[in-house]
Amino acid sequence: MVLSHPQPLTRDTVAESPVVLRARGLSKVYSMGEVSVHALKDVDLALHQGELLVLLGASGSGKSTLLNILGGLDVATSGGLWFTGPGGEEHDLSHANQAELTMYRREHVGFVFQFYNLIPSLTARENVALVTDIARSPMRPEDALELVGLGPRMDHFPAQLSGGEQQRVAIARAIAKRPHILLCDEPTGALDAATGRLVLSVLERVNRETGTSMAIITHNAAIGSMGDTVVHMSSGEIVTREHNAQRANVEAVQW
Amino acid sequence: MVENPGVSSLAASLDARLSWSSLSRKLLRECWHLKGQLLSIALVVATGIMTVVTMRGSYEALVDAQQRYYNETRFADVWTSLRRAPESLREQIEAIPGVTLADTRVSFLATLDLEGLDAPAQGRFVSIPENGRPVLNDILLTQGRYVEAGAPDEVIISENFALARGLSPGDSLRAIINGRARELEIVGVAISPEHTYSVPPGSLIPEDDRYGVLWMGRRALGPAYDMEGAFNEAFVKLSPGANELAVIASLNTLLTPYGGFGAYARRDQSSHLMLQGELDQNRAMGTVIPAIFLAVAVFLLHLVLGRLITTQRGEIAVLKAFGYRDWEVGRHFLMFAVVAMLFGALIGTVGGLLLGDAYIGVYRQYFDLPNLEYRLSPLLLGIALLVSLAGAFSGALSAVRKAVRLPPAEAMRPEPPARFTPGALERLGIGRLLPSSGRMILRNLERKPLQALFSSLGVAFSVAILVVGLFMFDSISYLLEVQFRQTQREDLTVSFLQNLPGAARHDLARLDGVTRVETYRMAPARLRFEHWSRETVIQGMEEDGQLRRIITADGGVQPLPADGLVLSLVLAQRLRVKVGDTLTVEMLEGRRQTTSVQIAGIVDDLLGVSAYMNMQALQRLTGEVDVISGAYLSVEESERSNLYSELKLAPAVAGVVSPASMLASFEEQLAQNIYISVGFLVGFASVIAVGVIYNGARIGLSERGRELASLRVMGFRRGEVAVLLLGEQAVITLLAIPLGWIIGYFMGLLMVQALQTDTFRVPFVISPRTYMLAAMITLLAAAGSALAVRRRLDAIDLVSILKTRE
Repeated sequence: MVLSHPQPLTRDTVAESPVVLRARGLSKVYSMGEVSVHALKDVDLALHQGELLVLLGASGSGKSTLLNILGGLDVATSGGLWFTGPGGEEHDLSHANQAELTMYRREHVGFVFQFYNLIPSLTARENVALVTDIARSPMRPEDALELVGLGPRMDHFPAQLSGGEQQRVAIARAIAKRPHILLCDEPTGALDAATGRLVLSVLERVNRETGTSMAIITHNAAIGSMGDTVVHMSSGEIVTREHNAQRANVEAVQW
Repeated sequence: MVENPGVSSLAASLDARLSWSSLSRKLLRECWHLKGQLLSIALVVATGIMTVVTMRGSYEALVDAQQRYYNETRFADVWTSLRRAPESLREQIEAIPGVTLADTRVSFLATLDLEGLDAPAQGRFVSIPENGRPVLNDILLTQGRYVEAGAPDEVIISENFALARGLSPGDSLRAIINGRARELEIVGVAISPEHTYSVPPGSLIPEDDRYGVLWMGRRALGPAYDMEGAFNEAFVKLSPGANELAVIASLNTLLTPYGGFGAYARRDQSSHLMLQGELDQNRAMGTVIPAIFLAVAVFLLHLVLGRLITTQRGEIAVLKAFGYRDWEVGRHFLMFAVVAMLFGALIGTVGGLLLGDAYIGVYRQYFDLPNLEYRLSPLLLGIALLVSLAGAFSGALSAVRKAVRLPPAEAMRPEPPARFTPGALERLGIGRLLPSSGRMILRNLERKPLQALFSSLGVAFSVAILVVGLFMFDSISYLLEVQFRQTQREDLTVSFLQNLPGAARHDLARLDGVTRVETYRMAPARLRFEHWSRETVIQGMEEDGQLRRIITADGGVQPLPADGLVLSLVLAQRLRVKVGDTLTVEMLEGRRQTTSVQIAGIVDDLLGVSAYMNMQALQRLTGEVDVISGAYLSVEESERSNLYSELKLAPAVAGVVSPASMLASFEEQLAQNIYISVGFLVGFASVIAVGVIYNGARIGLSERGRELASLRVMGFRRGEVAVLLLGEQAVITLLAIPLGWIIGYFMGLLMVQALQTDTFRVPFVISPRTYMLAAMITLLAAAGSALAVRRRLDAIDLVSILKTRE
């Protein structure tokens, strides 16, 4: 699955750094009985090293489908998807089998979900350790939790944590293995505004301090201002792409 | 708003009807979705009902057949045998208070000369009147006709013997009657309740090809044995409310001068004893086993429904928000239990009917009971169904109650994350030794310790059922080992028609191929201690005998003391005696001396109620000088078959038995039974193990689907995730194995006690192989269940499970 290095992309203002993840002509068709639903139509996308990409769109716009494909949870019906590893090796994800996708997720991708999906039977520290156990060069779980500001509560079980704290544990769990890509699906969807801002600032800090490439899905347009790149999706297509010259401070994000 | 009450109630009932139909659609679809789980519960219910229908049903069929058989043949109440008494004594017997009818007959054991049979066969000859039928202990003809007067060579043979030897009316048969060879003509084939289970003397099991009962006209048989106008067996029918013990005592007093061997009640009649023992066993099994299965079914219903309802919180809230009443919601969830139960009942009833028929077929092989037909009693089935239904309801009820009590608004909110704390095991520091996956498994188990315990208990019953079923074979093997390899070490057992002078041993020793002769003396006697008494046969054995020894239950050899009696433990218990006590021994033959004998030893042996004594000491008791009843022979293998034919033709020999051929036929029968029983046991045990493990894992999957999917998303491999889900079931199964061993051990102990009879004790021996086999079969069933769930886990849709909020 190692191919020759792809051609450099068209000029992007933030595209000084190398491309980590590149999608070309991605389409996803769900056939439901006699009806076919085009969830994604011919999507091209590039995620650069250290980039914070915000995917905006209403529900049903295809943003989750795109994120799932980018994260190796789902496979596109057609089109290509390439991941370039830290050593410059290239993986063709569009032709990967289940085991290869599992390895891709295991070694390179971190996920943050709307509903946290913590393991209720493990403490915060153990939830993070669950991932560091199987990672190649992880952080110490304690460090990851410090990074999200949960050092003092690391021995609590999910049931003993608030929603925002649970989401921060989820972020710590996602970043502890030092993923190359962090994918966040509505990370603030289940949180109130103040807690949501806290979670976003953690994500922004992780992106800034670790240089992890990051894609955040949201239906909240205000969040777009904190990204390097903002992509609007509608009906399975990318409608607009904007590059923010200056990322907005998370504290200033209003919704 | 004013409404017409009639219209509104009509609307309500219409509404209820419509709503019921959409709820039943939901029920149908969800049942289909849960088909694997419901099926595994249904199978447990089915097994419970099947065992009730099969075992209890055949028990009733057997009891019914037994009663009708006894009535039809006028089966006697009290029995006795004696040396010889004039027929005129019969009137005196009939005159005993409490006796309504009395009958007498002549009965002897003789050697049969059968073609194609190397080993000698024995026949029990029993007289029947030529004119009319016996007053008591009649026979039932199944083929041919009754004997006719004036045809002294006509004989009716027992059905099992006829079948085993391929004999039918019209065939002839040679017998050595009182030392004379006689050609007999078979005119009929019959059965009799005296011989429903007919065991040749000295054997443990029926040997139909070597032992048969032959009924002959009294006028033909009497003279052959010098019994003209006399009898050697008598029996009576008691009037209702008669004092059985008083009748027995009167009979003994009356017949002692005629060489009476002591009267006994029907309950001690050997054929009745075996049948009754079998029936008691059957009744016990038909109660215990279904109870276990129903208990497991109740537990599974409880588990499955409880968790099903937890996953349906939201739906319950919606139903209630729409205005469904609590009982409607409750009924809906109870229907899951009913569906599983009804389906199980259907399978169980049909399976039980088929199995009951097969089961009765097995009994027909052993017991010659006419009218033995498997019939399902509707009452029995009704009870079994009610018990299962009650079980299902009690299992489902608490879960349903929980669902119904939930206020809609609360039910609609997602359930908060399950509360976990480090359990006791972790506080002990074990947790630190475990990887995260181990801690997850441990905490899941510790969070619901009762559920884990009951799951383990359920699986343990699967192990226990296997242990109990398989250990019976260990016991029988052990019994065979003790009886045939330790106790009966002779190649041939020769019994004489009458006691012979000891010099006969030299005649035997001179036969070609005989390498060792040890003689024995069988002396019928009545043992008395205070007011307890018991008839038995004292076995006189040679000092330092090598061929026959006294073997204790644990396989040790008990030395024979030079003087005094050695009693079987059971006999000693019956007489309330211990070593050192002095018994009054009343010999029942010869000079019929009464003497006092000290108890020199009590042996915990397996078979019979025996009394052993040194031969010389016994002869002092009987007052005879060097008299023997038979001999044990060691022979050269090459000469064995010659010796058979020579011995069976010897006029003084009543019978020759070969322990080796007895063992062979025993083992053959055992092997057959093992395959059938093991087949059923494996089936039953698997149903339970699968029921618990499959359900446990499936429910775990539905409860923790999100959790496991998240792990897959984070890059855990399928195998790694499977370990988390199935590890819990593995721990439950592994805990269940020792638990099952213990339960099985005690169930076996109970069973051994229940099965103990006067003449037969099941040794309580469980081999390591049985424990291992029980564990392995259960592990395999659990592994199979895990594999089925593993396939579901592998197919889990990562995207959709993360999107939907349960």
